[in-house]
Amino acid sequence: MASQKQTQTQTDTQAVALRSLARRYTAQTPRRLRVIDAYMAFCVAVGVVQFVYCAAAGSFPYNAFLAGFGSAVACFVFAANLRMKTDPQNRQQFPGSSAEGAFGEFVFCHVVLHFVVANFLG
Amino acid sequence: MAYKVFGLTASDQTSLLRIAILGLISIVAVGSRLYSVIRFESVIHEFDPWFNYRTTRYLVDNGFDKFWNWFDETAWYPLGRVVGGTLYPGIMVTSATIYNALHLVNIPVDIRNVCVFLAPAFSALTALATYQLGKEVKNATAGLLAAAFIGVAPGYISRSVAGSYDNEGIAIFLLVFTFFLWLRSVRLGSALYGALTAIFYFYMVSAWGGYVFIINLIPLHVFALLVMGRYSNRLYVAYSTFYVIGTLASMQIPFVGFQPTFTSEHMAALGTFGLIQLVAFASYVRTLVPSDQFRVLIRLSILGLFVVGFGGLVLLTMTKVIAPWTGRFYSLWDTAYAKVHIPIIASVSEHQPTAWPNFFFDLNMLIWLLPAGIYFSFRELSDNHVFLILYSLFAAYFAGVMVRLILTLTPIVCVMAGVAMANVFEIYLDFSKTKSKAEAVKAEDSVMEKKEREIQGELPAAKTIYETAGFKRFYALFPQIVVVANFLYFLCMFQLHCSWITSSAYSSPSVVLASRGPDGSHHIIDDFREAYYWLQMNTKPDAKVLSWWDYGYQLAGMADRTTLVDNNTWNNTHIATVGKILASDEDTAYELARHLDVDYVLVVFGGMLGYSGDDINKFLWMIRIAQGVYPDGFKEEDFYNAAGEYAIGDTASPTMRRSLMHKLCYYRFHEVMGPQGFDRVRKQKLPRDVTLDNFEEAYTTENWMVRIYRVKDLDNYGRSHHAASAFEGPRFKNDFVF
Repeated sequence: MASQKQTQTQTDTQAVALRSLARRYTAQTPRRLRVIDAYMAFCVAVGVVQFVYCAAAGSFPYNAFLAGFGSAVACFVFAANLRMKTDPQNRQQFPGSSAEGAFGEFVFCHVVLHFVVANFLG
Repeated sequence: MAYKVFGLTASDQTSLLRIAILGLISIVAVGSRLYSVIRFESVIHEFDPWFNYRTTRYLVDNGFDKFWNWFDETAWYPLGRVVGGTLYPGIMVTSATIYNALHLVNIPVDIRNVCVFLAPAFSALTALATYQLGKEVKNATAGLLAAAFIGVAPGYISRSVAGSYDNEGIAIFLLVFTFFLWLRSVRLGSALYGALTAIFYFYMVSAWGGYVFIINLIPLHVFALLVMGRYSNRLYVAYSTFYVIGTLASMQIPFVGFQPTFTSEHMAALGTFGLIQLVAFASYVRTLVPSDQFRVLIRLSILGLFVVGFGGLVLLTMTKVIAPWTGRFYSLWDTAYAKVHIPIIASVSEHQPTAWPNFFFDLNMLIWLLPAGIYFSFRELSDNHVFLILYSLFAAYFAGVMVRLILTLTPIVCVMAGVAMANVFEIYLDFSKTKSKAEAVKAEDSVMEKKEREIQGELPAAKTIYETAGFKRFYALFPQIVVVANFLYFLCMFQLHCSWITSSAYSSPSVVLASRGPDGSHHIIDDFREAYYWLQMNTKPDAKVLSWWDYGYQLAGMADRTTLVDNNTWNNTHIATVGKILASDEDTAYELARHLDVDYVLVVFGGMLGYSGDDINKFLWMIRIAQGVYPDGFKEEDFYNAAGEYAIGDTASPTMRRSLMHKLCYYRFHEVMGPQGFDRVRKQKLPRDVTLDNFEEAYTTENWMVRIYRVKDLDNYGRSHHAASAFEGPRFKNDFVF
């Protein structure tokens, strides 16, 4: 009984923590970052779809799968980079970088990445 | 204190000086690698470079597409080799690009010269990259010192003299530059530098198998920082950018293929990538939910994840989902592994464990500056210094396991020595404090004097020499002068040592040998090229030449003939077959040789000159390798005589005397050395009565270093060759008169 009660309170606190997390997120996150977050969620979805397809239908042609999945992961990561660098809370962590510079890097990384991915798709 | 020289401010002067010093370092780096060209000629060295040279020529002549799809049917006969898919194309593409660029501006340079001078040119770039690395971790002084060190360090020169056209020649530059970019991207948290790191990593992957070192060291750095609780968003940006682009790019090289997704060597990088995503997410959540225990929790979860991940890796490796570590990697952990399981790896001298003197030989004083550098890194211990320490430890370990990995140790030793040296010089070359101290002493002196005069009246006291101001000033400077003079002396000795080593040990092309007569006269021994040229001129273009694998690339490159095995060593069975042919008796060998379509057999024999790297000395390895694949009928012990010695003369074991290798080497040798003749390598008496029926001597070079035999055709009358030669009577046997 006691342990059941304990788990009950644990889940309660977890639920509370999650709810407070969501509240703080909506309160603290600027609109621009929320757009990036949505894009990141989309990237994850794309990656998951490809992974499930690969698991269900086989990995052939492997290079195409790797290119597609890799580009989804890379897009997610680059978006995360952009988000970190443009988050006003992180300003002091990145000395000498601006939002424009971060976006420039984002574009540069994508150019390099998709050059590779296009070559790899075959 | 702004002195102006030629109208330049102090900072302009420093940058001008820096550029001038770097220029001089580059010149020295290139210049000290040219001994071999001056002594011998502009020729490709050794073994592997001949393959690189041949493929480069093919690339230049036939274009990239054909090169990429090249199936070489003249190697590994009758199997052939998919050249395009089994090489690291970086060095060939680099040379071809330089060649084409030079021709575009109407400089009609020969491709051979591009290849010969590629490694020295890249060594200058390595010096510049090392400067950047040193500057990144300490300051420009350390950078300049490190650049000066790497420019002449024998550990690197050994692989990059002019003519040594091997992957390492450009790979060390790429290694150092990739690490520099990595450190900068971590420090700035810059995705741009992360992407550049990935691009140079890709170049490195295309150039050398040693790229595995990068893809393990960088994740290790990240992992160490995470465990130290030093996660930062900068680290996330740098690593994740590097990893996603680098991995996808590395898979573009056919030889690497999909390996990054399923081999153990690459799993650490993947695991670290997953880990840093989790850590990044956790640390983001922490900014939303501040908590004191969060840090503890993160550390715990990192360790837990590491255990789970490592266990999963082991499990997947055991269930063969992930390819296990290759033999070469096992031999990195267990130095005896190769000798027991893969004799072919153990047989290569550069895969042997390093002897202690080698470190001093190749790095001189740098090797004892390395611990000093590590000490100074520990004192500062920024993210960059963690990297330097990890690199030092791992490279030092690997260099101890395998001689040729001193090459990967050299850059970090140079950087660490530069850091240590810069620290020393920073303290001991700073005369501003001493100067003020000396002035203080002087002032104190005069005050004292005045006081003394006041006390003692008008008579000034007679001073001993220890009390004079000049002595005191000297005394204050003394430690500085001693230390600086000492280190300058070491630096000079270092330079002398490096030049001496380079000129005496690392500048021989090994295709062409030099010797000095007792009167000091200089002889060039050109037997290898003589033999290869003979083959090219006197045999059919499709003739198949059997030799031990060491000479395969040279045969293909210089004689342009089909070979059975070469330095690629991808097929152990085929090599063992060749070993079996050379180790069996004449009749078995003949049968096998005809079975494999062999037209000529080539052996290298040093008994006349005293050239110890010949086939008789390598013979035991051939037997061991053959024994590994054909265990029946082969025993290494059979080749030792009753006394357990590896003898070649009349006391040799019967198996040894029957073996083809023995016969091919000593056939008719006593005719030139006389009945009392000695083998100059083994210092043993020559065997008499070496008969040979199934093979006939086709060519022997001036110094008997290369002997070529023709495999006889079947007898016209259907006899065995023994019967045929018995019928024809003894022609050479015992008929010399002395």
